[in-house]
Amino acid sequence: MSDLPSASATPETRLFDGPGATPEVRAALARTWSDRPGWFGALAAVNHKTVARRFVVTTFAFFLLGGLLALTMRLQLARPGNRLVGPELYNQLFTIHGTTMMFLFAVPVMQAVAIWLVPLMIGARSVAFPRMNAYAYWVFLFGGLTLYVAFALGAGANTGWFSYVPLAGPDYSTGKGVDIWAQMITFTELSALLEAVVLIATIFKLRAPGMSLNRMPLFVWATLVTQFMVLFAMPAVMLGSTALILDRLVGTHFYNPARGGDVLLWQHLFWFFGHPEVYLIFIPPLGFISSIIATFARRPVFGYPAMVLALIATAFLAFGLWVHHMFATSIPALGKSFFTAASLMIAIPSGVQIFCWLATLWRGRLNLKTPLWFVLAFFFILVLGGLTGVMLGSVSLDLQVHDTYFVVAHLHYVLLGGAVFPLFGAFYYWFPKATGRMLDETLGRWQFWLFFIGFNVAFFPMHVLGLHGMPRRVWTYPHGMGWDGLNLGATLGALTIGVSVLVFLVNVVRSYRRGALAGADPWGAGTLEWSTASPPPPHNFDALPVVHGRDPLWEPGAQPAYVSGLAADAREVLSTTALDALPDLRPLFPSPSIWPFVSAVATTVLFIGSVFTPWAVVWGSVPVAVALIGWFWPNRGENRRALDLEQRP
Amino acid sequence: MTERRKVPASAMNAMNAAHANDTRHTTRDAPDTLTLDVRRLPSFGFSHRSLMWWSTVCLMLIEGTVFAIGAMMYFYLRSLTAIWPLNAVPPALVWGSVNTAVLLVSMWPNQLAKRAAEREDRVGARLWLSVCLAFAGVFLVLRGFEFAALNVSWNTNAYGSVVWLLLGLHTTHLITDTVDTAVLGVLLFTGPFEGKRLVDVSENALYWYFVVLSWLPVYAVIYLAPRL
Repeated sequence: MSDLPSASATPETRLFDGPGATPEVRAALARTWSDRPGWFGALAAVNHKTVARRFVVTTFAFFLLGGLLALTMRLQLARPGNRLVGPELYNQLFTIHGTTMMFLFAVPVMQAVAIWLVPLMIGARSVAFPRMNAYAYWVFLFGGLTLYVAFALGAGANTGWFSYVPLAGPDYSTGKGVDIWAQMITFTELSALLEAVVLIATIFKLRAPGMSLNRMPLFVWATLVTQFMVLFAMPAVMLGSTALILDRLVGTHFYNPARGGDVLLWQHLFWFFGHPEVYLIFIPPLGFISSIIATFARRPVFGYPAMVLALIATAFLAFGLWVHHMFATSIPALGKSFFTAASLMIAIPSGVQIFCWLATLWRGRLNLKTPLWFVLAFFFILVLGGLTGVMLGSVSLDLQVHDTYFVVAHLHYVLLGGAVFPLFGAFYYWFPKATGRMLDETLGRWQFWLFFIGFNVAFFPMHVLGLHGMPRRVWTYPHGMGWDGLNLGATLGALTIGVSVLVFLVNVVRSYRRGALAGADPWGAGTLEWSTASPPPPHNFDALPVVHGRDPLWEPGAQPAYVSGLAADAREVLSTTALDALPDLRPLFPSPSIWPFVSAVATTVLFIGSVFTPWAVVWGSVPVAVALIGWFWPNRGENRRALDLEQRP
Repeated sequence: MTERRKVPASAMNAMNAAHANDTRHTTRDAPDTLTLDVRRLPSFGFSHRSLMWWSTVCLMLIEGTVFAIGAMMYFYLRSLTAIWPLNAVPPALVWGSVNTAVLLVSMWPNQLAKRAAEREDRVGARLWLSVCLAFAGVFLVLRGFEFAALNVSWNTNAYGSVVWLLLGLHTTHLITDTVDTAVLGVLLFTGPFEGKRLVDVSENALYWYFVVLSWLPVYAVIYLAPRL
């Protein structure tokens, strides 16, 4: 210790955290890490729980909107020759429905949950880069609103959620719909990339001391793997949609065959992102499932190393599958065989995980609560969806059912089974932590069974419809095709799902107001988020934990159990080494700021302006630059506080 | 560096051994609690010890992927046609090559800025950042000449589109890196200053390396590939 500078930078009057902290210290911590009150404070909020709560609620609102669009489509298809909506509106409905569910719900909701959960799971007080986190949320919100405002104004995109050219190109899609769609992609991918950076830095550098990589909860592993996939997958679609909007606005020819361009280039760029995207949606729920199964089987997940390796293998394989979305195009047959093999290979790591979970359930003492029901449903539905996936991975079968309802059935089985069921399970599981109150178990069971039955009634008939030749994306069909009964059944199933979601909303509202109090650890779980109060205080932990194993709350206490000595009156955090989580640095985090909001508004002006004139990219970048510089520039007060706490390396 | 890291390392060993007295920190309320006391840890550190390093690396991964996909677009479009470049002469070599030389030489003041920052020499860091900025002025002007010497417009054909896309993407990096460097340089002159700004200088230098080195494959694609 003698070689360190003297402690003059940390006067004795300063309040420090630590175990057994006085109420005075706890109050100081809460004050330090709270967001400011009032509307200005709300716009300047940076606490990871505040931002994540908004993020989750926003994505859920988009889920409801996308669901309403789906219900409209199902009502239209309930009987042959229906005239509820016309073909043009129907095209917009399925486009906005798919776009919403993929870009505004499924991918961001996983990041939003991670932003809330990861710091609590790894024993940190904040995510890394809290202001960038806030900025990413605002950008996402404005991007989603752009899509819906344009839809409401009659400029909805109508080219499907993957907007194939030439249909989406300048010749066949006049109007602003596709431009808005392409910029919405830019918004949401920017947000997702920033959140990926936030989460990667958080997971590598802010883990509690002792939480080496091989002790990280599986959900954190799943999140980490997913964020690396985001880094490599999202650039493809950003570049693709930029090229699309350039074709449409300034006359480039990327996708124009008459001038040396190529329409399949779009498909390659889109699916190089689009297939990994399925795993961006699917891998975080694997983490939910591992958390839920461990808790409700009351034992650690079987085969931790196999689980982690399977996650990583899935992520790698996910990048080698994109062409299986393009089997019906003119790519070489050898390529198709390769991608068939790669598509089938992904069943291996998925199988490893399923067997590890089954082993965990087998050897555990089951506590059959709503979250576990949703996970069990996941097994059932995902296995069905996986089987049709293996079928579609084979070129010969894919050519038969391409663009039919078989594909619609498959993708909903995978996405709802793989993501939405575990997500609801996760919601039941972590709701007590977030609000301090339990969701009602009876209503939970009702919701579960309505959802499970409604889902299968809605989507199972679509397999058959597809095999009978009903194409996807048709706005109506004539009587006498033999499709009437199955379509009516699917519509009834969709309505049942709607009722189930209503039950869920009622449950949330009721339980939020007067649900049973949860206490810190209502399920008897083993990970760190359950060691703090429910809901967690603004600073998450009164004293940061020191970790000695994979399930800290299930293991006998070891010494030292806590960290001490972080300032309670400043946003000081502990950063640890990337692999072994040895205490390393004591950086000071930024306080709430309006600049992320201002920067997001400036970014929105640039993006939306560019839909109308390319020059917006030039003049629009000035306010963005000004806002970002204002964001970066330190103010005197913060600087003084930083200098007080500064200690040179 | 290792000397300073010994503190946390020994503290961690003490976690398991539980009898090193330098971690036994007694608090008023819990006199016998053994805690991991971190109050003497440094508040900033360079390279992978800093959060900024991790975000910069992520940014480089993202943008490296963007460049790689851009290059793949180029070769994909090229694979569709027998004649390349399509109805155009290849870009003139002179400005691009001169600019490549300027970019490569700019790594020298950049490295000096990085080293000055890492020995916590604020004056040296801002001096070399200023030299970097002078280089930035030169390569931005040269970049203008490069666009003029491409011998094709973005709306001529797909070849023109992809060449403009690649050069445009890299130019965006040059501009943002220049603005970053300028803002950081001004901050080092005017303050308010604190030690972690030197980490920013170091990370800025890392990003500068990325911008320069990612140019080499982009240069090869734009200028050399049409001549093969």
